Amino acid sequence: MSEITNFKLCDLVDKIKKKELSSKEITEAFINRSKKSTKLNSYISDNFDDAIKRAKEFDSKPNLNKKIPGIPMAVKDLFCTKNLKTTAGSKILENFIPTYESTVTQNILDHGGIIIGKLNCDEFAMGSSNETSYYGNVQNPISENLVPGGSSGGSSSALAAKLTPATIGTDTGGSIRQPASFTGTVGLKPTYGSCSRYGIVAFASSLDQAGPMTHDVKDCALLLEVMSSYDVKDSTSVDFVRGNYLNDLSDNIKGKKIGVPREYRVDGMPKEIEKLWEKGIKIIRDNGGDVIDISLPNTNYALPAYYIVAPAEASSNLARYDGVKYGFRSRGENLIDMYEKTRSEGFGDEVKRRIMIGTYVLSSGYYDAYYLKAQKVRRLIKNDFDEAYKKVDAILTPSTPSSAFKIGEKLNDPVSMYLNDIFTVPINLAGLPAISIPAGHDKNGFPLGLQVIGKAFDEQTILNIAFSIEKNIGYKNNINDWWIK
Amino acid sequence: MTKNNKEYLIKRDNQVYEVVIGLEVHAQVLSESKLFSASPTKFGSEPNTQVSLVDAAFPGMLPVINEFCIKQAIKTGIGLNAKINNRSIFDRKNYFYADLPQGYQISQYKNPIVGEGSVTLDMPEGEKKIGIERLHLEQDAGKSIHDIDPKNTLVDLNRSGVALMEIVSKPDLRSLDEVNAFIKKLRSIMRYLGTCDGNMQEGSLRADVNVSVRKKGVLELGTRCEIKNVNSIKFMQMAIDYEANRQVDVLEEGGSVDQETRLFDTKKNETRSMRTKEDAHDYRYFPDPDLLPLELNDEFIEDIKKDIPELPDEKKKRFIEKFKLSPYEANILVSDIETSKYFEDVSIKSDIKLATNWITGELFALLNDKNIEITESPISSEDLAKLINLIKDGTISGKIAKTVFEIMADGNKNPEKIVEEKGLKQQSDPKELEKIIDKVILDNPKNVGAYKSGKDKLFGFFVGQVMKQSNGKANPQLVNEILKKKLS
Repeated sequence: MSEITNFKLCDLVDKIKKKELSSKEITEAFINRSKKSTKLNSYISDNFDDAIKRAKEFDSKPNLNKKIPGIPMAVKDLFCTKNLKTTAGSKILENFIPTYESTVTQNILDHGGIIIGKLNCDEFAMGSSNETSYYGNVQNPISENLVPGGSSGGSSSALAAKLTPATIGTDTGGSIRQPASFTGTVGLKPTYGSCSRYGIVAFASSLDQAGPMTHDVKDCALLLEVMSSYDVKDSTSVDFVRGNYLNDLSDNIKGKKIGVPREYRVDGMPKEIEKLWEKGIKIIRDNGGDVIDISLPNTNYALPAYYIVAPAEASSNLARYDGVKYGFRSRGENLIDMYEKTRSEGFGDEVKRRIMIGTYVLSSGYYDAYYLKAQKVRRLIKNDFDEAYKKVDAILTPSTPSSAFKIGEKLNDPVSMYLNDIFTVPINLAGLPAISIPAGHDKNGFPLGLQVIGKAFDEQTILNIAFSIEKNIGYKNNINDWWIK
Repeated sequence: MTKNNKEYLIKRDNQVYEVVIGLEVHAQVLSESKLFSASPTKFGSEPNTQVSLVDAAFPGMLPVINEFCIKQAIKTGIGLNAKINNRSIFDRKNYFYADLPQGYQISQYKNPIVGEGSVTLDMPEGEKKIGIERLHLEQDAGKSIHDIDPKNTLVDLNRSGVALMEIVSKPDLRSLDEVNAFIKKLRSIMRYLGTCDGNMQEGSLRADVNVSVRKKGVLELGTRCEIKNVNSIKFMQMAIDYEANRQVDVLEEGGSVDQETRLFDTKKNETRSMRTKEDAHDYRYFPDPDLLPLELNDEFIEDIKKDIPELPDEKKKRFIEKFKLSPYEANILVSDIETSKYFEDVSIKSDIKLATNWITGELFALLNDKNIEITESPISSEDLAKLINLIKDGTISGKIAKTVFEIMADGNKNPEKIVEEKGLKQQSDPKELEKIIDKVILDNPKNVGAYKSGKDKLFGFFVGQVMKQSNGKANPQLVNEILKKKLS
């Protein structure tokens, strides 16, 4: 049984289609491994019994024309799932059971997927180490007491530990790509407007985007096909022709022009990352790609702009958690008292910090100096990319400025925590697609990732480049199941 | 104090103050569903039965704009002779309240859908133009109910998310009569357009009133106070009257008016401070990232223009020019779209002059009496036209017609049938009338003598007798003619 969990998503789909494995066998295998892996704390809640029932139902009437027929999958607990508790990693939604399904999870179900559980994440996706979750820290299967990244830390942990064959996350400033990079997995943030935000607990509406997290680029292409759809229920969803990402996946990158932005060579970046980047550049050259030095001059302003825009939107998006309609409520003397107690007790420190930042930057008298200026910076950053894309087809950078750190190491230093997102944040501000793929290890043997950034709606090109690098870079995760006795 | 004339002036010892008024009217968009969700908007439904996940702000729910509401706002803008903006933006107005599920109201702040326009009022002194500053779309909040449960506030979200148009006037209003005329005109225009039913009782039309005073002759505007949510014209006038006098008192005592939001207490007939400028909410407006800017192309707007019906001002002009009505009559008949429809129906099928008189006279009295709208009239336009035609062709007299009208008012019956059944047809056969007249003359020899010797006034007596004998059916014109002949 334990071998089943070693298969990747595409392999499992293949085995189901060839009837070599049943959905029940696969589902049970992942569930059993999940049950043995509680030490990782990847899950917030499980749907195991229901999932097995559904797997049996699938096997009794298998529809093999689906893209992920009978495939079990655990998902980030930021996606609302019908009749299945959805907490967003927060106490304030501790007992919240949606009566509706997010569009992305509905797409997974419609394509034959089976949801086996809800994965841990930073509270309201605010964090880079999964340490802000009300439901506790998540272990990185790479090494004990190592953070799995965040905010999709439960997702990256469960995926790397093979508790789920693939998973989905959300990425507001790097929340898919950074945890993928920390766990030696693949994570893609699609173009803003590609995956519907309907039913995803909102953090920062203009930046949030759901995306696939998988073991390899092939799986990533398949899962993106499943997730991405035009949705009238999301006014920011874009009606463009979605590609056949898996079918069109090719490692032929001959003639592709790939930019290397000089502004991403930041001070204090570990030597290994520098080397890795060079390795990536060499692979591209060796495979007929054209590597071009480019400049993204406003990169330095991305992080400050992000930490104004995202909290501003969050402060407003989180106003609905007031104890009146659903979720946690603390009794108060009057309405204001009830609000204060509910929100003081219901939200964690990081969420409160960002609500306060957001409230501040939107206040009259500060709006122009902060929010408006940040929006202008955002436009400049987008212009930088537009300029660059006149010369190149995609851009190659490291995914993060460092590898995974120890649990607790940066918890009391928010700024150093925020700096983790320095390479990923600009992409969200510009609304572009980007993929992180595992590329090597640091001196401790912790994974490091490379990021390929694409033009808007051109996910195929970055998948192809990532596919080519993946084939040539020879990365393998070393995981010894330390958490299983 | 002369508050109901052209100028509303408040006099104190040696000073004369002018009152300056501006209105922010909240008009509920006539639409089957809400501004950003598909929930129905019907008034008076059971609490919390018209609430979608979007209206109740469940996690991950997103607003999707209702195109119909956009069209309604554009229509209204056209009706207000206003500029329609090709690009407008929905902002979030952030504040906490139990009946505001999102914790923010989606509204338009810096870039409204409709810009400057105007409304023309028909005042006794002539026409007066009132400027419109803007019209923007926004969501209504739910309703907090404090008086059902002694310990808890209950919330009804049926209204949450319903589309409102906020129409802001310029501070051009100068009297209570103008306020009255402005609200009525606005209501009339929106009812013509079918964009708001204008029902103040059900809250589909509410207003915040901005009041300031200044010494007469001074050009600079005084500091204004905003009186929140006054829901009838009468209360609006009472609130303005109270507030204007309060402000004058403050100034007379050497004080200065504070800019603040005030509440009108309908029981005590006074306004009370709700919050001052200092503790005004900081709403932290910013563009709603869940909604893209609303871009309208000219073609879309032009298409809507094609659907605009004849509005009260044009209709009035047509009634005066084509139907030769007096401006006064025309005004009365066009002020309400249903009345104007009724009038046109009746007059096309009968007679303009008679239709005007009967509608503004008997019919209005009847509707007033029963306290009903013209759409609920027991007498259909068709039947009224028939009645008028019976008068016109001499079948019945105007007097008999009033009797028939009363019978019709009780049950919407066909006037021709009533005349037939009750035998009310006018006697216009000269031979028959002569018989009655001869009998009256024979029966009253004394009066005949007196008349002939010069008592002219007795003519009426003879007419009366003839009418009596004929049960009121004799054609009065013929009776006059024959009587004159016989008595000469």
